[in-house]
Amino acid sequence: MQVPASFEFERAESVGHALELLERYGPEARLVAGGHSLIPMMKLRLAQPDALIDINGLAELSHLAVAGDTLVIGALVRHAALLADPDVGRYFPIFHEAERVIADPVVRNRGTVGGSLCQADPSEDLSAAFAAVRADAVIAGPGGSRTVSIRDFHVGPYETVVEPGEILTELRVPIRPGAGSAYVKVERRVGDWPVAAAGAYLRLGPGGVIAEAGLGLTAVGAEHFTAPEAEAYLIGKEPGEAVLREAGRIAAESCEPQADQRGPVDYKRHLAGELTFRALSRAAARADGSQS
Amino acid sequence: MRISVTVNGQTHVRDVEPRLLLVHFLRDELGLTGTHWGCDTSNCGVCVVQLDGVPVKSCTVLAVMADGHEVTTVEGLEKDGELDPVQQGFVQCHGLQCGFCTPGMLMTARWLLDRNPDPDEGEIREAISGQLCRCTGYENIVRSVRWAAENQEAKA
Ligand SMILES: Cc1cc2nc3c(=O)[nH]c(=O)nc-3n(C[C@H](O)[C@H](O)[C@H](O)COP(=O)(O)OP(=O)(O)OC[C@H]3O[C@@H](n4cnc5c(N)ncnc54)[C@H](O)[C@@H]3O)c2cc1C
Ligand code: FES
Ligand code: FES
Repeated sequence: MQVPASFEFERAESVGHALELLERYGPEARLVAGGHSLIPMMKLRLAQPDALIDINGLAELSHLAVAGDTLVIGALVRHAALLADPDVGRYFPIFHEAERVIADPVVRNRGTVGGSLCQADPSEDLSAAFAAVRADAVIAGPGGSRTVSIRDFHVGPYETVVEPGEILTELRVPIRPGAGSAYVKVERRVGDWPVAAAGAYLRLGPGGVIAEAGLGLTAVGAEHFTAPEAEAYLIGKEPGEAVLREAGRIAAESCEPQADQRGPVDYKRHLAGELTFRALSRAAARADGSQS
Repeated sequence: MRISVTVNGQTHVRDVEPRLLLVHFLRDELGLTGTHWGCDTSNCGVCVVQLDGVPVKSCTVLAVMADGHEVTTVEGLEKDGELDPVQQGFVQCHGLQCGFCTPGMLMTARWLLDRNPDPDEGEIREAISGQLCRCTGYENIVRSVRWAAENQEAKA
């Protein structure tokens, strides 16, 4: 039987209250959102926080809305809510395609967007999806709020720029006309973490050439979950098959996959290239309107 | 820590350690052993209960997180001495062998039918994809849920 070590438990009534509690309990306190990464780690005693601060009651972190030309996603939005939202599907198919293959429907009822990003597992699907669309993360702390590009958010495995006394409050994703996105993952069995996965975001400009390219890669050791050389290569080109394949090749080169029970290095690198190509192809078809 | 949890319509007040998992609260504190406990790693789904009407894996929820909330377990499916249509479906279509996965399957199936009264086979398989049947009786489980969909008003 797996039982966590003892800890104190507090329920936050507001973001301000949660910040106060974080300050009062110090760096050994942890926020708990869905708890679907933290509680398993506590059961295995890989994490032994002195105190847990429950943010599940905070409606102010559960908002999900289009505000002008920005999609705003509260940190406490559950995976299931992101997957069910029609605006998210319309503007960012990448999120629906990623969510459909994250864990299983029951886990998705509980796990949150913010918890996923803050967990910073090198195999987290949403980290790649948010990197591809160049989201901004809003972080609240004792001195007010700050905004960080998602590409500066993850500083290493299980490590983010969110300080012990801070809370991730929301993600902001710019909505631009003429854009398309997609997510493709290979898993060993339904509901499993990825062997490898790739997300792509493309915006086409005048003449159908690529004006903006975003790539997200997970579980393959891509720095900041992305592939900037492959993105730079795509700019100004027409999204034909040869170009997208070459972008996949460059992305695969830039990865540092590690061998584990999900597969050897060369297989994962192959997947990184092939999945990048497939995600780009679908994103391009969505950007030019030939696929929904 | 003192918590108050409404389980199957009845409110229970208990003093518990914050580290107590909801599955053990239900089984050991309240004696509701219909909720099973298996992998302990949020993979198998035998521990699924509804928290405020939504299925969750109770081995990965703290009892203190259910404070002030409503929990429904398999014991709460039966109404006025009559089995819920999903329970009847499992009886009619041989939806269980050893029965270990059954309570979790039933709680998720009930939720699926509440949201989608006429799910097709793919939708049923997707809904229960986080739950393992060790007897590999998935064919009959899917048939049982379909039976319940077709007999929503069924009386035992
Ligand atoms: C069986 C299973 C399968 C899974 N499969 C996948 C998969 O295929 N792909 C995938 O990407 N993920 C998968 N996951 C992980 C899932 O997405 C989790 O829900 C997610 O990792 C954590 O979200 P949470 O809300 O449960 O976070 P918690 O466990 O509550 O928190 C995780 C960490 O983030 C911190 N935190 C949480 N919220 C905030 C905040 N607002 N501000 C600052 N810090 C915060 C916590 O203190 C903790 O350190 C799986 C999980 C399970 C149990
Ligand atoms: S015991 Fe909870 S998922 Fe297996
Ligand atoms: S009936 Fe035995 S585990 Fe499903």
